[in-house]
Amino acid sequence: MRDFWKSGDPYAWLTGAALVFSLLMVGGLLLLIITKGLGFFWPSRVVVITLKDGSKYMGQEAGSEFIPTPEARDSAKKYRIRLKIGNRDIYGLDFKWTNNDEIATTTYPPDALVIERTEWGNMYGFITAIKDGEKTLGVQDASTDMLKTLLPENKKLRKKITAIEKDDLGGISTQIEQLRLQLNTLEKEGKQSQTQRVKSDIEALEKRYNDKELTLVKLKQSLGAIHVVIRSVDGMVKELPMGSVVRVYEPNNMGVPAKTGVYVSKFWEFILEQPREANTEGGVFPAIFGTVFMVLVMSIVVMPFGVLAAVYLKEYARQGLMVKIVRICVNNLAGVPSMVFGVFGLGFFIYGIGGTIDVLFFKSSLPTPTFGTGGVLWASLTLTLLTLPVVIVSTEEGLAAVPQDIKYGSLSLGANRFETLIHIIIPAAMPGILTGLILAIARAAGEVAPLMLTGVVKLAPSLPIDTNFPFVHLERKFMHLGFHIYDVGFQSPNVEAAKPMVYMTTFLLIVIVVFLNLTAIRIRNHLKKKYTSSVF
Amino acid sequence: MDTDIQQQPQSNDNSEQGYPAAKKERNDILIECVDLSLYYGDKRALIDVNLDIPRHCIAAFIGPSGCGKSTLLRCMNRLNDLVEGVTIAGTIKIDGVDIYHPNYDVTSLRRNVGMVFQKSNPFPKSIYDNIAYGPRIGGITKKSQLDEIVQRSLHRSALWEEVKDRLDDSALGLSGGQQQRLCIARAIAVEPKVILMDEPCSALDPISTEKIEDLMILLKENYTILVVTHNMQQAARVSDYTVFMLLGKVIEFDLTDNIFQNPSQKETEAYIGGRFG
Repeated sequence: MRDFWKSGDPYAWLTGAALVFSLLMVGGLLLLIITKGLGFFWPSRVVVITLKDGSKYMGQEAGSEFIPTPEARDSAKKYRIRLKIGNRDIYGLDFKWTNNDEIATTTYPPDALVIERTEWGNMYGFITAIKDGEKTLGVQDASTDMLKTLLPENKKLRKKITAIEKDDLGGISTQIEQLRLQLNTLEKEGKQSQTQRVKSDIEALEKRYNDKELTLVKLKQSLGAIHVVIRSVDGMVKELPMGSVVRVYEPNNMGVPAKTGVYVSKFWEFILEQPREANTEGGVFPAIFGTVFMVLVMSIVVMPFGVLAAVYLKEYARQGLMVKIVRICVNNLAGVPSMVFGVFGLGFFIYGIGGTIDVLFFKSSLPTPTFGTGGVLWASLTLTLLTLPVVIVSTEEGLAAVPQDIKYGSLSLGANRFETLIHIIIPAAMPGILTGLILAIARAAGEVAPLMLTGVVKLAPSLPIDTNFPFVHLERKFMHLGFHIYDVGFQSPNVEAAKPMVYMTTFLLIVIVVFLNLTAIRIRNHLKKKYTSSVF
Repeated sequence: MDTDIQQQPQSNDNSEQGYPAAKKERNDILIECVDLSLYYGDKRALIDVNLDIPRHCIAAFIGPSGCGKSTLLRCMNRLNDLVEGVTIAGTIKIDGVDIYHPNYDVTSLRRNVGMVFQKSNPFPKSIYDNIAYGPRIGGITKKSQLDEIVQRSLHRSALWEEVKDRLDDSALGLSGGQQQRLCIARAIAVEPKVILMDEPCSALDPISTEKIEDLMILLKENYTILVVTHNMQQAARVSDYTVFMLLGKVIEFDLTDNIFQNPSQKETEAYIGGRFG
């Protein structure tokens, strides 16, 4: 036994065990998120239960749990099931708990329909007819098929409406807004001729706006003309305007391939579409876009700053007490709680710099702030500060790893220090610099607290990049996956229904961070191969 | 040691008699060190060095570790400027120009005085870019001109046949000896007058060493080579002149044959005889 301890093996086992433990924790985390999240889109069966008191409920099964009854024997254990009954506009809640001993019968009617809507959550019921105004287009089974053929048309129409609302109307109204501000200044200065010109411009634009609005109204009317008549399981009849139907399927009537089809389409909707219903339904595309965009802006700003600062510290500064103090400060900066950076960003960037920019360049639109309020630029800059120490430290390490010999080699060929830096040292230190970028991205993509002060919102009306001049709008507020998780999970009106959404969004955030990192790692490995092949 | 200290100023006064090599024609002298001293902080690393090195020869610097050979070599292209705390007294003239004059352009000096280091230090670039680096820094951008320089430099450093098919491969893929010859090619690509070699063969196997020594003898035609070496045989084999240094001082500077066969100082004799160092 003593030999065993003396051999040193136990310590090897200890280190191995620590590694396994860490891997298990990471693996467990991922597994939890994936299992809870990925099942979300699978169309599970619709069940109709009849209780002993005669009342009927219809919905998708969403879990069950045992009721702790200490005195009961195993065979008599009670449990209760949770049903997602939907139809929030009728019942007022999404879920229903039922004890198993209250259930009289359970059936799976093949024609049970799940209708995803733009509002009020899912609807569960049976289709009875489709109406165009007063005219009935189809009844019962025929109407299900008709509904399915109508849906793509429907989707196209809705897309058209959003396009008009977002791009055309949005663009025109920004132009009008700008011209109005111009008009105000011109009137103050008393320039008659120009005032007239601007006024006529505004009128022309307003005419265009009205035309567009007219087509919009027409589109909306055609979208609202057709109604779907749905009967719920307890006999209530509801007329749904076609425009509010997003997706229809009969899960009890579908095989695995058809269910997979629904799964894939819901998955893509999640990634590519706008959120619906206070973020608890639909997609998270704006949040994905905001996260990636913010990280990119942050990277673009932090790299030059961090690298230049590190180069000065390592290559030019006289190594002494002062530089040592600066280094300690930089290292400590990395340990400052991120919320502190958020407060700094709010005070310095938004109120300080943003406020000044507003006074200097956007005076006409005051008191409405342009840059003097949270926005993607300020959030990115705040995260730049947050990640700057990481970049500086790893760049310095990268620079230190460049052999002095190479530097002297370059100098002895008549290159000055700057040329040596640019052509030899920085390229050779590139792997280290990119390691800094990787760490910075990892830190920035996962940070939420400072963003809440500097420009993240639960629902941004438009993306930071769009088709309206000047195309990149850095002053706009944005959505972020991390904040989205918090918002959906803890702030939404329907927390219970949104739970799988939280897991799914978390999973997505992890995927995005991994993807961003992998990209940077690939670049780094490519450079490493280029710069450090074997010597002998 | 007493005699040594007394002898030093004496040899300074009449260096032309003290060092037979200096008896050559005045206009054949390329490098002149005059009372050169170097301090690392308070420590004096070079003490009143006086040397006159003629053109187109190989001068070997020998002596025990820490005697100041490499430091002296790095004074020739002012690489010591980059070391903090170094101060220099006295002067070095190359082609009659004082390289420590305040108005002197250091980068042009370094173009005239190339250097090859103890450990081969190719840049992490392609073979072609390694050699083209110096000329490019010097302002040559024309592809045809660069091609010609690269080819000529590789020919002169006897590397062309080995690498002509893989000029675009990384220089780090070459063997140690090839890397060192690449460094020599890189140094001569900027057409220097002097090439400093700081123990160029100490990390190489005997065959690579032989190749480099052959190369040095070839290069002597066009360049003046100063080489620091710990290998006494190497000094005897390749050099025309040998400088023996001890504790920061030049003890003896003479034709290599004289140093090895008939040294005038007893320290030299002791060192070459293997009695110390």
